[in-house]
Amino acid sequence: MHTKSLAQLAQGLQAGEFTSVELTHRYLERIDEFGPDLNCFITTTADLALQQAQAADARIAAGEAGPLTGIPLAHKDIFCTRGVRTSCGSRMLDNFIAPYESNVSEQLARAGMVMLGKTNMDEFAMGSSNETSYYGAVKNPWNLAAVPGGSSGGSAVAVAARLTPIATGTDTGGSIRQPAALCGITGIKPTYGRVSRYGMVAFASSLDQAGPMTQSAEDAALVLGAMAGFDQRDSTCVEQPVPDYMAGLEQDLKGLRIGLPKEYFSDGLDNEMARVIDDAIAVFRDLGAELVEISLPNTTLAVPTYYVVAPAECSSNLSRFDGVRYGYRCEDPQDLEDLYKRSRGEGFGDEVKRRIMIGTYALSAGYYDAYYLKAQQLRHLISDDFKQAFEQVDVIMGPTSPSVAFNIGEKSEDPVSMYLSDIYTIAVNLAGLPGMSVPAGFINELPAGLQIIGNYFDETRLLNVAHQYQQQTDWHRRIPEQFS
Amino acid sequence: MSLDADDVAKIAHLARLEISQDNVAEYARNLSSILDLVEQMSAVSTEGVEPMAHPLSLAQRLRPDVVTETDQRDAFQHNGPQVEAGLYLVPKVIE
Repeated sequence: MHTKSLAQLAQGLQAGEFTSVELTHRYLERIDEFGPDLNCFITTTADLALQQAQAADARIAAGEAGPLTGIPLAHKDIFCTRGVRTSCGSRMLDNFIAPYESNVSEQLARAGMVMLGKTNMDEFAMGSSNETSYYGAVKNPWNLAAVPGGSSGGSAVAVAARLTPIATGTDTGGSIRQPAALCGITGIKPTYGRVSRYGMVAFASSLDQAGPMTQSAEDAALVLGAMAGFDQRDSTCVEQPVPDYMAGLEQDLKGLRIGLPKEYFSDGLDNEMARVIDDAIAVFRDLGAELVEISLPNTTLAVPTYYVVAPAECSSNLSRFDGVRYGYRCEDPQDLEDLYKRSRGEGFGDEVKRRIMIGTYALSAGYYDAYYLKAQQLRHLISDDFKQAFEQVDVIMGPTSPSVAFNIGEKSEDPVSMYLSDIYTIAVNLAGLPGMSVPAGFINELPAGLQIIGNYFDETRLLNVAHQYQQQTDWHRRIPEQFS
Repeated sequence: MSLDADDVAKIAHLARLEISQDNVAEYARNLSSILDLVEQMSAVSTEGVEPMAHPLSLAQRLRPDVVTETDQRDAFQHNGPQVEAGLYLVPKVIE
């Protein structure tokens, strides 16, 4: 049951082969069995899940079900879920019971999906390895000594080990695509503004975007259709109709122009990774796609630019955590300043504090022009590189991550080496474009991902391209043996 | 760009973060290496380039200035570390 696609699950539910309650029990059992070793859940919500499953079964019986009704899911613990702890992977919010519901979780609940629980993540979504969580590191199901990637590591692992059919994630610099690549699943970060950020704990508001993490592009198309859309509660959410992503999946790829940025395939790229990506591209060539060498000249500037923009916005966003209205408060504060400093000093972990300090420094008097203004200008140049490329090509392809999963502890002492693991994903957020990662092979028995980048609001094409690739390959169906 | 212990203490104060004395040196080292990475931005001239505030160059939407929120003080105060009579308590600010 746990290896079925969403369409197969929906069919089984409609045909009465199994009920949503049975399906939910099955996944809750798998979470009980495998969850603790993988540490991919912060909170499980069994009672709530069974209530929602009963309601879904009633809807199905009444003939009022949609394609997602009765199907379980897990939410990254960054989405506020009313009445359920929403920790964001931080001690700061360890005691925070969300008083309202995020738009993403609300829409998926309205579609009849059943929430199994909240997944582990890097603290405040700051990290690329899921080691910065207050709740401990998450393990990669392909090798328990390896990281799952981050920040949506718990969601990626829960899907990879088939502890949930799908999970939600958020992506500020690669946090959906990089863990999807490292865990061998499919993940899409939509265009900035496609999905509402309402009720999503803010990290860097001009970059944050939510998306689904799934077993296949087809599943992603189905879930994204239910997540996306205009919401007036997010001032940057774009007022544009949501296309039928499922309807576009079967389009053939003859004549599709694929851009291969020479900067992504330069000397720095690992040989084995180059082989995996070349093999994937060969599949598209066989499907009739045309390969075009392109250039994104400002590629190397993306990581430095991001590490000004994201920390600056994070320092501003996280100033709300003051120990007064919600969240962690230190013991016996001497005065108000002591309350602020110790609540924040004790409530936040090291990586979060580093980023707040970098952002505070970059925004402080006298440094604004040299850092934030400069970064926003470079952001324009990076974005223009993509604009020019999309005049020649329909999609851009390359590796999602420079390497497969590294070991737990390997990069945690050196923040800069960790940051460079997002070198291929970060520019996409700076430009606000949609990007996707699909499983494309294995290196040393660890999954590797192909990144597909599209033009603004061209999610239909990304999903189509990924789906066609998944009709020719079975990398996305591989499940780590221990969890099969 | 190299930050020393005094710089770290100053930034931590601006950000209202307590950093224990034992960790200041490590923060100085890590923050300096991040700033070295950021320094690579200066390799490219950006003279005359418009700063990019929104990926789609959209203006912020406005809405009519009417009350849309309902009073949920009790629900919100459930998460308050110390509340009394509808108020949030903090240490004495004025002597």
